[in-house]
Amino acid sequence: MSTAAHVLLALLAAGPLHGYDLKKAHDLRFPKAKPMAFGQVYATLGRLERDGLVEQTGTDRDGGPDRTLFALTDAGHRALDTWLAAVETPAPYVSSDLLAKVVVALLVADPEQARTWLSAQRRAHTARLRELTALKADPTTGLGDVIAADFALTHLDADLRWMQTTLERVTDLHREIHG
Amino acid sequence: MTVLEARSVVKSYGPTPALRGVGLELAEGEVLAVTGPSGCGKSTLLHCLSGILQPDSGEVRYRGRPLDAYSEADRTRLRRTEFGVLFQFGQLVAEISAAENVALPLLLTGRSRAEARTAARDQLDRLGVAEAAESRPGQLSGGQQQRVAAARALVTEPGVLFADEPTGALDQLAGEKLLGELVRTARERGTSVLLVTHAPVVAAYADREVVLHDGVVDASGLGTGRLGAGARTGTPL
Repeated sequence: MSTAAHVLLALLAAGPLHGYDLKKAHDLRFPKAKPMAFGQVYATLGRLERDGLVEQTGTDRDGGPDRTLFALTDAGHRALDTWLAAVETPAPYVSSDLLAKVVVALLVADPEQARTWLSAQRRAHTARLRELTALKADPTTGLGDVIAADFALTHLDADLRWMQTTLERVTDLHREIHG
Repeated sequence: MTVLEARSVVKSYGPTPALRGVGLELAEGEVLAVTGPSGCGKSTLLHCLSGILQPDSGEVRYRGRPLDAYSEADRTRLRRTEFGVLFQFGQLVAEISAAENVALPLLLTGRSRAEARTAARDQLDRLGVAEAAESRPGQLSGGQQQRVAAARALVTEPGVLFADEPTGALDQLAGEKLLGELVRTARERGTSVLLVTHAPVVAAYADREVVLHDGVVDASGLGTGRLGAGARTGTPL
């Protein structure tokens, strides 16, 4: 089952909601994530209902057309608990575009080209760090945005530190070989 | 307008060169990060810029005037009133309260006790540690101590604040609080900040970053020597 499906289960854990409110709740909790499309909300709810994890509990009208309310079933609560309890597997194979480019730059490209690219990549990373830091320092930024910015900042910081260590490693090795 | 400027600054410790001709400018109200790996010379640069160390050659200018041109007494006055300094830890006097620590620089410049006390409390309040005023440093958390030290560095309303790894001994949230308050206060006052750090997340509080490597400014920002590896150079990696 997808992460999105589990997130919808989690949002329903507080009480029944209809599709429109679920979408709004999702986008509020994950302000930096891609907004969830209505189509995805309803398609996911359909699959969750088919699997017995959510059920329709009636409709509300609120001045507009009838809207179906969905609630978590006992099986849905259990599915949510199981998902939350499962440890995420740390990725066994490291793969990312950044890793690929750094390896190519350092081991395949010529040193000047590598330096130029690494320098530009570092500038792009630090510029984004500054943007996110300014966003966090702004008192009008909401908690959801701060948490999302922390997540991005921490990963960018890890990228930068890893790039620096890699550069130093390669420079050291070169010094050892060539004196 | 340039507040502080280094021109071809050279400084060695015995036979070991620490700075090999550094030039940089700090603008009025600017927050500038000086970064680079350990041993790149960033702390030595801070000491030269703040007048704690004298360069072997080259010069440092404050508001256009070389520090060399100041008499010893004037340079001391400059360090006490125009420059604020904040280190990683251990700068507070343990035997007196936080408020008294913050008041010290003002008392040294001849301000009255009452005046110094009021200014100290105001500064502690700005840095979000008003409640710590009567406590001795030992009774405060690391984060509170650093904010008291920051209050002391800013209480004279200096033209430049020098901060050397100010969050080095703090956890992430305490560090974030300190930097947030420090940079906000400096910006409100138009105080320029020279922030020395090796951490990218700390440097991100600055408007601009200068990277040092082996005692010179590294325009590439990479802070490493020559890259010699690569298939085309035949390095067996």
